[in-house]
Amino acid sequence: MLELVAASLIGLGAVFFIAGTVGLLRFPDIFCRLHALTKADGLGLALVALGVALLSGSMGDAFRIGLIWFFVAVASATCSHLIARYARASGEAVSDD
Amino acid sequence: MTDPLVIFDLLLAASVVALAVAVLGVRDLFAAIVLFVIFGLLSALSWVRLSAPDVALAEAAIGTGVTGALLLKTLHHLRFVSGTLDQQAALSVTPLLPVPGAVIWANAAFCGLITLGLAAAFLGAPQAGPGFDPLVADAMPQSGVEHPVTGVLLNFRAYDTLMEVVVLLAAVIAVWQIERGMSDAPAPVMGEVWQGFARLALPAIVVVGTYLLWVGAEAPGGAFQGGAVLAAVGLLLLLTRAYVPRPAHRGIARGAFVLGTGAFAAVALLVAGGGRVAFEYPPEHAKSLILLIEGLVTISIAITLAALFHGREPVALSTQGGRNDT
Repeated sequence: MLELVAASLIGLGAVFFIAGTVGLLRFPDIFCRLHALTKADGLGLALVALGVALLSGSMGDAFRIGLIWFFVAVASATCSHLIARYARASGEAVSDD
Repeated sequence: MTDPLVIFDLLLAASVVALAVAVLGVRDLFAAIVLFVIFGLLSALSWVRLSAPDVALAEAAIGTGVTGALLLKTLHHLRFVSGTLDQQAALSVTPLLPVPGAVIWANAAFCGLITLGLAAAFLGAPQAGPGFDPLVADAMPQSGVEHPVTGVLLNFRAYDTLMEVVVLLAAVIAVWQIERGMSDAPAPVMGEVWQGFARLALPAIVVVGTYLLWVGAEAPGGAFQGGAVLAAVGLLLLLTRAYVPRPAHRGIARGAFVLGTGAFAAVALLVAGGGRVAFEYPPEHAKSLILLIEGLVTISIAITLAALFHGREPVALSTQGGRNDT
């Protein structure tokens, strides 16, 4: 039962990652791409981390996975902010469509 | 039915080779660096699949993290020197003069020779043998540590590790000599979100780096991995300008550079004598000696890598408008 829940969480996370990647490839300008990537990957990572933590079986491992999730989430949000900031400062065009 | 992980391994191997080709083929230098970092991360994953977590940690921390930061810093410097720092169009810095054909062919010949040598070494190695595993396992009780990789690196083959530390020392000496008098590209202004991230990440990095050093005695980890992670503290401090290198700090920095090599060599020579050769630690003190060496080498590695990121030695001007974090 637990494995089923974990597997469906990881699968759902993978779907979000794929959606984020499709957004990265299909969206017209850098800001739209960042928008798709950060939201979808953040949720995907959270779901995968939750699924793996359920499978890990020990509180210590689950705590470490939680820490990894926290720092990856914070670092990727900061990175996306820095990319968007640089793009805006250097006059990256926003597409019309 | 084949193991599904075989498919994963094949995909991983194909991706690593494809990324290597892409790094060499792409014209845009920034794209090349990003591809190189992804290449390093997948290499680290490959080492995990080969059951070599120590190498994976070193590859991720030094080969990817620190090297990626050094490459990006170099690109920033190149753009500054070529006057294309603020131009989005000039993402790639093209060389002013075309590279002579002789240089290309000489490089190709050297790379080919190295490849041939590696292939010869690989084919000449014993195909199916026990390797050195039983020898290391037999000698582990005398090594003073529980983790075989640390035992080999800091006891059985400590001479090789000393040479690795010397290489780092030589690199930082060369950088300080070559970059003497070169103009420095202004550090990019990173903004408030970055400052907040640095405040959050700094204590965590210190804990992780120290943990990697300490856990090296019984699990994957050690001086190089811990040192590379702790070097990230230096990078964060430099990039947030919480620490600005000053000429007065040169003496301390020089001392820190040679600390690891000096301590390592001193211990090696001091244990010699009384029927023992260099690096032959007395078994009852092996653990504390290894821990002493690893601790000092970690400090040295962390400060050396951070200094390499900063580049040239600090000089007395640093009136670059101070902090204007907007």
